[in-house]
Amino acid sequence: MSAIVNTRCFPLPSSLKVIPGTETAQAAYPYYMQFSKEDDERFWFYNSMHFPEPMSAFDVTTAEAAYCALGAANTRVHSLPTTLGIDYRIINGRIYIGGNAVSDPAEIVRRTKEFQQRAFYYYEHWEELFAQWKNKMLALIRQAEVLPKLAIPEFEPLEHVRAGRGIASNHYLLDIYQKTLEGYFRMWHHHFEFLLLGYGAYLTFFDFCKKAFPEISDQTVARMVAGMEAEIFRPDDELRRLAKRAIELGVDNLFREGAIPTDVIRSMERSEPGRKWLEELAASRDPWFNINVGDGFYHYHRSWNDDLSMPFASLPGYIANVKAGEPIERPIDKLMAERQRLINDYRELLNGEEERAAYDQMIQLTHRVFPYVEGHKFYCEHWYTNLFFNKIREFGALLAEHGFFSNAEDIFQLTHYEVEAAIIDLMTSWSNGSMPRGPARWTPIVNERKAAIAEWSRHETPPALGPVPEIIDDPAIVMLWGITRENLDSWLAAGEKPDSHEIKGFAASSGVVEGIARVVMSVDEIDRLRHGDILVCHVTNPSWAPVFQKIAAAVSDIGGSMSHAAIVAREFGLPAVVGTGTATQRIKDGQRIRVDGGRGVVMILG
Amino acid sequence: MHSTENVRWFADITLSDRLAVGGKGGSLGESTRAGVAVPAGFVVTTRGFERALAELEKESPIRPRVNELNLHDLKGIRRLSEEVRARIKGAPLPADVCADITAAHAELCDAQPNHPLAVRSSATAEDSDQASFAGLQDTYLWVTGAEAVLKHVRSCWASLYSVPSISYRRKDQVCENGIAIAVVVQKMVDARSAGVMFTRSPLTGDRSVITIESAWGLGSAVVSGEVTPDHFVIGKITGQISVRDISDKRRRDVPAESGGIKQIETPEVLRRAPSISDGEIEALAEIGRKMERHYGKPQDIEWAIDHAGEIFLLQSRPETVWSGKDHAPIAKPAENALQHVMNIFGGRR
Repeated sequence: MSAIVNTRCFPLPSSLKVIPGTETAQAAYPYYMQFSKEDDERFWFYNSMHFPEPMSAFDVTTAEAAYCALGAANTRVHSLPTTLGIDYRIINGRIYIGGNAVSDPAEIVRRTKEFQQRAFYYYEHWEELFAQWKNKMLALIRQAEVLPKLAIPEFEPLEHVRAGRGIASNHYLLDIYQKTLEGYFRMWHHHFEFLLLGYGAYLTFFDFCKKAFPEISDQTVARMVAGMEAEIFRPDDELRRLAKRAIELGVDNLFREGAIPTDVIRSMERSEPGRKWLEELAASRDPWFNINVGDGFYHYHRSWNDDLSMPFASLPGYIANVKAGEPIERPIDKLMAERQRLINDYRELLNGEEERAAYDQMIQLTHRVFPYVEGHKFYCEHWYTNLFFNKIREFGALLAEHGFFSNAEDIFQLTHYEVEAAIIDLMTSWSNGSMPRGPARWTPIVNERKAAIAEWSRHETPPALGPVPEIIDDPAIVMLWGITRENLDSWLAAGEKPDSHEIKGFAASSGVVEGIARVVMSVDEIDRLRHGDILVCHVTNPSWAPVFQKIAAAVSDIGGSMSHAAIVAREFGLPAVVGTGTATQRIKDGQRIRVDGGRGVVMILG
Repeated sequence: MHSTENVRWFADITLSDRLAVGGKGGSLGESTRAGVAVPAGFVVTTRGFERALAELEKESPIRPRVNELNLHDLKGIRRLSEEVRARIKGAPLPADVCADITAAHAELCDAQPNHPLAVRSSATAEDSDQASFAGLQDTYLWVTGAEAVLKHVRSCWASLYSVPSISYRRKDQVCENGIAIAVVVQKMVDARSAGVMFTRSPLTGDRSVITIESAWGLGSAVVSGEVTPDHFVIGKITGQISVRDISDKRRRDVPAESGGIKQIETPEVLRRAPSISDGEIEALAEIGRKMERHYGKPQDIEWAIDHAGEIFLLQSRPETVWSGKDHAPIAKPAENALQHVMNIFGGRR
């Protein structure tokens, strides 16, 4: 057997070279993220679901914070029996991850005992702990929101002196920075407090359905589980509401395709109904426009609040829908009734009362835990992450003001350690009246790293590295990344026959559509999508929801049928194929493709 | 349209009449009553057969001699089989049976006395599962005219004593006294498309999908496997068509002018075209669901669509392959519902 297994191997990490000319940029990442020779023994896959583009030196903080928290929850808090945490490496800006499986049976038994008194407690007290979680999370958001503005005035304000504050303003730069960073790391612990347990309960039900109904589609199971009122739907719901209000107030004519948000707002301010609409907009913005045009893992995934062009671009479409008499609100009652019908009808087909009773137990648990799985993203990946990156941006502006950078955004080319160093540099210079050292140091480094990222994004990277494990036994990897043995086999097969016109993935939302592929490699390119295009991207993201009214279908490299994207696609009734592994590499922009969302197949027609 | 002791119309039959009309007759009656379109027809009941057999037994016994046959005495089986079959085919039908069939035929074919018919055996056994006899007795297709029907009814009766039929019963030591045969007389459908349908997956046993195989022309080409049919899978609950494999259907069976079936080339434009539309797939699935609900178990169905687009159910019987496999529940309720999550977290895979 082992001979066969050995032939099933992705390139070894050691064979993957740093692209010439970018070695210094690669070396900037912390040592614990660099591949080493021992890593050749292990299986790694490219986490293109969360990190589809090369990560800048600062943005890898997200990977650090997330894997620290995920690993802690799995390994130390809930004690998942068969897996510890996730290890990660970075090369050419691409984050590869690998699971740490527990294989010793005695150790699994020991961990199982721990798991049952830890995880089971969470399941038993889910509602109360989740309510507590929301409060903790809102408190954390509040803390981040009230962090003081950055200021190092020439003289310490007189009132500080008179109050005997004793601590000068430069110290608060470090204090605020460390609190900002600490808050971000803390937020990720909240993120993972429930996540694996929630997915695990869902996967338990999913697994049962797959055994009872071997041909049931993933999306059907998803439809039996999905809630309808999760926070992640709210931003889009708010847009629909604003479209309706615009018509009611008679200001809808101000929205035209391609109109610039500031122009629209200026026109609004000139009339009473316009000002009324702006009040409605303000109500929607806090907090529902704290949603990123991405997963929130990159500093340039700006929120709707920071960049109104995304929500404004979709308003004309929604307004047209309302005028065409289409119902604008999501038909929640109908969706819930449909969900219940599915649950009942499948139940009826089960083999006997014992199976039905087990099914009832599993779906009940799934419905209890799912509000967390659906709801957490808005608070964590969107709202909090926006606050975090915007605070770092403030530091960027301050440092740019003092000549460290030519642009505030340059700060994201530094690691968080380097940012702290630059801040201390500035603190020192403010304190002693010398010139800071940073301006001479950082500009060339920033430029070099920017060039490296541009270079890296021009190169494809293998979907996986190292020997293919015989079984994928890591519930975290199966749940969060949808990686299965079949997945890997199809990725390998794609490598063997690169000219095949068929691309397979998960059937996420059924329907067959032909159209022009628009390969969107980053959120900046979203505006290239035209009505009727097929979106081809690394990861279909729910906060792109408004885009879904334009496109005819969606195809992604990574993602399972429970990704919010899949849910959004189903809501819009669009075919979607996710988790193809290689769609963005194999489909060329402008090619004609056929998406069969029911079968999970994409055909390149030429 | 009224039924007699000897002839029963489908509409007057339920499954509980199986002893009188056989398994096939019973299920056609049951389907008609379930509100599914079945090609019109009637059943010549076992009473007619019993009457005819009684007449023959007067001359010389039949059932006792079959009962005495040894399974391994092939020669003896063959000799008795030939004798009995010749006697049944040669004897005139009892007069009232003959009159009832002739009248029912006239009514069935009303305006078209030469409307093609199927004459099918529908055997019954008092203490045995009807399924065990399926397919052993004769079926005659594209039969036209009352005379031919009468003749083929006798042929069906005779086929109860074919070598395979007798051997099968001897193997199971079935007592001949409980064995009888009814005959279904039913209009043929000149099918534009026809095929089979399982109300579960034949591949995985999944009860949440319906599998349909379909080809141009008469269903015989699909059933015999001479044509690779189009293959469709539709969700029983979701209504989603998840598989649409369209095959190259080079040939198709059609009714021959002289009666019977002939095979012809499929016109080029139709060869790779789906033999049924999505709407028809959905309508068929609806019929499948109805039959499954009616019988309370998965069904194996033969169907046809005529040139006017009307869908007919030709036959519905319980699916046997997967139903025969007894399988333990996939999961049982746990005292603590949380134990279920150990399937995922416990290191099972």
